[in-house]
Amino acid sequence: MNTNTSNHIENIKSFTLNVRKNILEMAVAAGAGSAHFGGALSIAEIVSTLFAYQMKVDKKNPNWEERDRFILSKGHACLAYYAALCEIGYIAKEELKTFEKNDTNLLGHPVINRKLGIDFSNGSLGMGLSLGIGVAISSKKKKKNFNVYVIVGDGECNEGSVWEAAMAAPNFKLDNLYVIIDKNNFQQTGSNKEIMSVENLKDKWSSFGWHTVELDGHNIQELCNFFSNSKKIAKPKAVIANTIKGKGFSFSENNNDWHHSVLSKSFHEKALKELMEK
Amino acid sequence: MNINERNIKIWSTIGARATLGIAALELAKEIDNLMVLTCDVSTSAGLDRFRKTYPEKYLDLGIAEQNMIGVAAGLASENFNVITTTFAPFQTMRCCEQIKVNIGYMKQKICMVGIASGLALGTFGYTHCCIEDVGVLRSIPGMTIISPADSLETVKALRAAVKSENPSYLRLTGTSNNPIIYNQDYEFKIGKSITLKEGKDITIFCAGSMVHQSLEAAKILETRNVSSKVVNMHTIKPIDKLAIEDSCNSELIVSVEEHNVIGGLGSAIAEHKSSLKKSPKQLFLGIKDTYSKGGNYKFLQEKHRLTPDKIVEDILLHIK
Repeated sequence: MNTNTSNHIENIKSFTLNVRKNILEMAVAAGAGSAHFGGALSIAEIVSTLFAYQMKVDKKNPNWEERDRFILSKGHACLAYYAALCEIGYIAKEELKTFEKNDTNLLGHPVINRKLGIDFSNGSLGMGLSLGIGVAISSKKKKKNFNVYVIVGDGECNEGSVWEAAMAAPNFKLDNLYVIIDKNNFQQTGSNKEIMSVENLKDKWSSFGWHTVELDGHNIQELCNFFSNSKKIAKPKAVIANTIKGKGFSFSENNNDWHHSVLSKSFHEKALKELMEK
Repeated sequence: MNINERNIKIWSTIGARATLGIAALELAKEIDNLMVLTCDVSTSAGLDRFRKTYPEKYLDLGIAEQNMIGVAAGLASENFNVITTTFAPFQTMRCCEQIKVNIGYMKQKICMVGIASGLALGTFGYTHCCIEDVGVLRSIPGMTIISPADSLETVKALRAAVKSENPSYLRLTGTSNNPIIYNQDYEFKIGKSITLKEGKDITIFCAGSMVHQSLEAAKILETRNVSSKVVNMHTIKPIDKLAIEDSCNSELIVSVEEHNVIGGLGSAIAEHKSSLKKSPKQLFLGIKDTYSKGGNYKFLQEKHRLTPDKIVEDILLHIK
């Protein structure tokens, strides 16, 4: 969209607020099935900045040829993805309530559905960036101007295939490819430090040949600045986005019990109250 | 593509791998959005000329097969018609989950070509042989699997697979100086087997390099008064069910494959055969679920009893 109006930050903030509301709605609808809550909340500002500001999208046509492409490589965070697709009008509010229900379009990991604006199936970690490379090469071969945005988790960086892709993108000079690494410092069963250290991510991506910036992944202004400042840099771009897992609610922030958990009615009410107070 | 006696001889001499490169060159002339992806095997896959002639249609991903499948799927999602190729074990198992998610689950249409499958690289050991690829890929929904019988069939199968709507795996067996099965052009249709020799006593279903061995075995069987029908089951998935049903009047059904007897052509035949009310016994010839000591191609074919003589010996043990 990239309207670049003076109040774009406020617009993104309001979009993010709605994304969090939608996340709550889906998580509570999942009921006892539970949902990947923490890792969706850590990318709420990132997804909102992309969909409400940075990416070229046509609200009336999810398949617009010139659209920027989005790939949620950490597919388990799809609550945030579906929430954003709802805000731009591709997924109806009512459909959000079908999250993880039988026969739904909205499973616990994204399933390709072009009508809903979901371009790829994801869920098995470490695969999204390779897809992004293929799409970014397509953009260049077809002489189009669209960019490709891929969100990868920090835990996901344990996967070797991430680094196969990290090596390839600079080799193909894909300056139209962005990877945003959600560095929330946790993975499924513990902190990165406890399970598999992913320290010095900035050095790692930078040494692979990416233009790499580290920023606060909840600071919309910083995210916007990064995107506008890096436009002309002739390299693929990596953002190490420092985030808080479960961001937005007192009970879930930095609490890995909320990696995948049931949002009960009482927690839902508490969360809604906290959201309104902000 | 110019299919004539001279070219058929040349392709047979250079083998299926090098023929792949020639076939890809021809396809590039007529398919604008063709892309060929490899993992540092351009020379092994006969793609050196392709790389030089069509650099814009060629991508080398380095030694990174998982990434190759992902990149291929990204290109396919943008309507490129993609061929990927590397040695069979790396084309299929190294990136198996990428194949499942991107090509199977997501239905991105890609044609994968596994070169030097079977026992051809036996002197390198079983890291480079591939006796599992069909079994592994057959369990992925929507995957077409073709094992061409000779170099001409490689040309025809590649064309059919690239022009098909469905994702596919081409399993190339044999080495250079491949025997010629087809010495003139013929109709190739995915999923439709070809009876190469009629016979009334037994039916031999075979694919890839085993087609020649089976035809030779059938000749020897004739001298022993056993009349064999030989069917080139070039498409292993979807299997030609009608051909299996037609073979049920035989005294014995034999499957011959340069693959583990678990999961391959024999299994595919048996799966359908077991659903029929009346069908004959099946003899599974192939690698008997083992990693043997290595050696050259001929040595390994002998060892796994996949030469005409050994095929005949085993068949004779199973008929009255």
